[in-house]
Amino acid sequence: MTVTLTDKQAKTSARRTARTRDRRRRRRGPAAYAVLLGLAALAGIVLIPFVVVVLNALKTPAEYSEKGPLAIPDSPSLEALGQFWDRVGFGGVLVNSFLISGSVAVLAVLLSVLNAYALGIGRIRGRTSILVLLLMANTLPQEALVYPLYYLAKQVGLYDTRLAVVIVFTVIQSAFGTYLLSSVLSTFPRPLLEAARIDGASRWQILWRVVFPVLRPTMSVLMVFFFIWTWNEFLIPLVFLVSNDNQTVSVALGVLQGQRLMDATMSSAAALLGLIPTVLFFLIFQRTLSRGLTAGAIK
Amino acid sequence: MSTNDLRRTAARDRLGYLPYLVPGLLLFTGVIGVPFLMNVGTSLTRWSGVGTPEWIGLGNYRELAGDGEFWASFGHNALVIVGMALAPTAIGLVLAALLTDLIDRHFGPRVASVLRACLYLPQVLPIVIAGVVWSWLLAPENGAVNELLTAVGLDSLAHDWLGDPATALWSVLAVMVWIQIGFPLVVFMSGLQRVEPSLYEAAEIDGASWSRRFWHVTIPQIRPEIFVVLLWTTIAALKAFAPIYVLTKGGPGGATNVPSYYSYQNFFDKTEVGYGSAVATVLTLIIIALTIVFLRVQARDQGEER
Repeated sequence: MTVTLTDKQAKTSARRTARTRDRRRRRRGPAAYAVLLGLAALAGIVLIPFVVVVLNALKTPAEYSEKGPLAIPDSPSLEALGQFWDRVGFGGVLVNSFLISGSVAVLAVLLSVLNAYALGIGRIRGRTSILVLLLMANTLPQEALVYPLYYLAKQVGLYDTRLAVVIVFTVIQSAFGTYLLSSVLSTFPRPLLEAARIDGASRWQILWRVVFPVLRPTMSVLMVFFFIWTWNEFLIPLVFLVSNDNQTVSVALGVLQGQRLMDATMSSAAALLGLIPTVLFFLIFQRTLSRGLTAGAIK
Repeated sequence: MSTNDLRRTAARDRLGYLPYLVPGLLLFTGVIGVPFLMNVGTSLTRWSGVGTPEWIGLGNYRELAGDGEFWASFGHNALVIVGMALAPTAIGLVLAALLTDLIDRHFGPRVASVLRACLYLPQVLPIVIAGVVWSWLLAPENGAVNELLTAVGLDSLAHDWLGDPATALWSVLAVMVWIQIGFPLVVFMSGLQRVEPSLYEAAEIDGASWSRRFWHVTIPQIRPEIFVVLLWTTIAALKAFAPIYVLTKGGPGGATNVPSYYSYQNFFDKTEVGYGSAVATVLTLIIIALTIVFLRVQARDQGEER
């Protein structure tokens, strides 16, 4: 058993996995191809609505009303995209969404790790009750939170600030992280902790040197979730960020949608522009998700 | 050392972890604890959101007990749990196992990543937009679903999916499965990365079929994730609001209403803030009760494992 996973060991284990994979890849039978085909077909069906969005984002309103939402545009036009960009000042809105979602993703993961360390590894007394309590952050319907939070934010002078939204969502999102990480950590191999303790590591050092590396793959999944969930949050940002300078992408989208100021092509353009950053974020982190394989190789 | 001493050392040792909980508990108190108590307070009043709330004690709760609309909305929630929790978890489990155990190993991790990204994409789409797109696809005239049915000669099946009370809830459930599937998939796939590859190799050498490996290796290895995903999606199902809001607004004729949308209606459409708070409080208490039962079961399960 290894307590700290050195680079060298990680590489050997990665090489070993790669070798077994190569060997196995040669033996793919017709069944494997059938599964691949089935999954590709499923992915295709799942993607249909996105194709519709792209089709309409590239149409002119005239073409849309003539041929309906499902026709393929004759000549792709960027008119709708440009119009939406200008109308909401998309650049500024984008920066706000990035600031808020990015801060929440990082802070909520940190908070989750601290909570989960105490609950999952520390197994402190009453941990189930504490977990139920912390989970309330997610169980409470947001409609019920809006009035009191609005009132409290005004009291402490944080109303209409991005900071208020960051704090609120750090707490709300960390509920899931705390639960997931403490569940994972409660199955953490005890001997590993004891070995580290005997080596003279403090709790703080154990957290960062022993526990943290094992949690890395799960943490990067959490970061992706938190970023995307926060990006798409609507109700609380809508109530909290009243001034135009503070608005987020999904608030700008929802407000325009609600005012019925957008035709179908502009809605699609808005959807496409709102979608691209989160998709990029996910695609960039896909790599981290897959790299988890070597980090999880501690036994 | 006597057992007593040992126990005391263990207790002192656990106390040492307490500081790690302090930031979480403080933030929780300010952002969730206090607002929840304020919400409970509001639920004991008649209040339109402005002016002075009028104290009516348990009046709202008495009214709630006899409110047919409220209980009907709870009935729909049972089906929403299938659409948002049970079905996506089961499907996600099979897909995650197929992608990790079969696609990744036979066709390489890149193929698996691409497929995962495609299946996860609906989670990324803002729900407001998903609602608009699905209303296009499910539209009675020129909707893609109906046109597809006509094209393959099944015109008799084509109809107003979201407008007909008989199919509205089922259509919403289908969209929910589409939205949800990526969440369990990604969580399970990240969990499967913890699994020792040699476990699969050993099972394969023993001649275990794919389905045997699925039941005896995959599922036991990612039990923590399965519990987490099930509880989480069930909570999400009980709170389901956005898909209903964007697709049907609870209609037609209340056929797709759920408690959280009902509480929203009271908060913002009917400005019965007191009554809406009561609905939200009852919903919260039900979810908390469910969470407690669920965590007990999970704790027992993990205890057995050790």
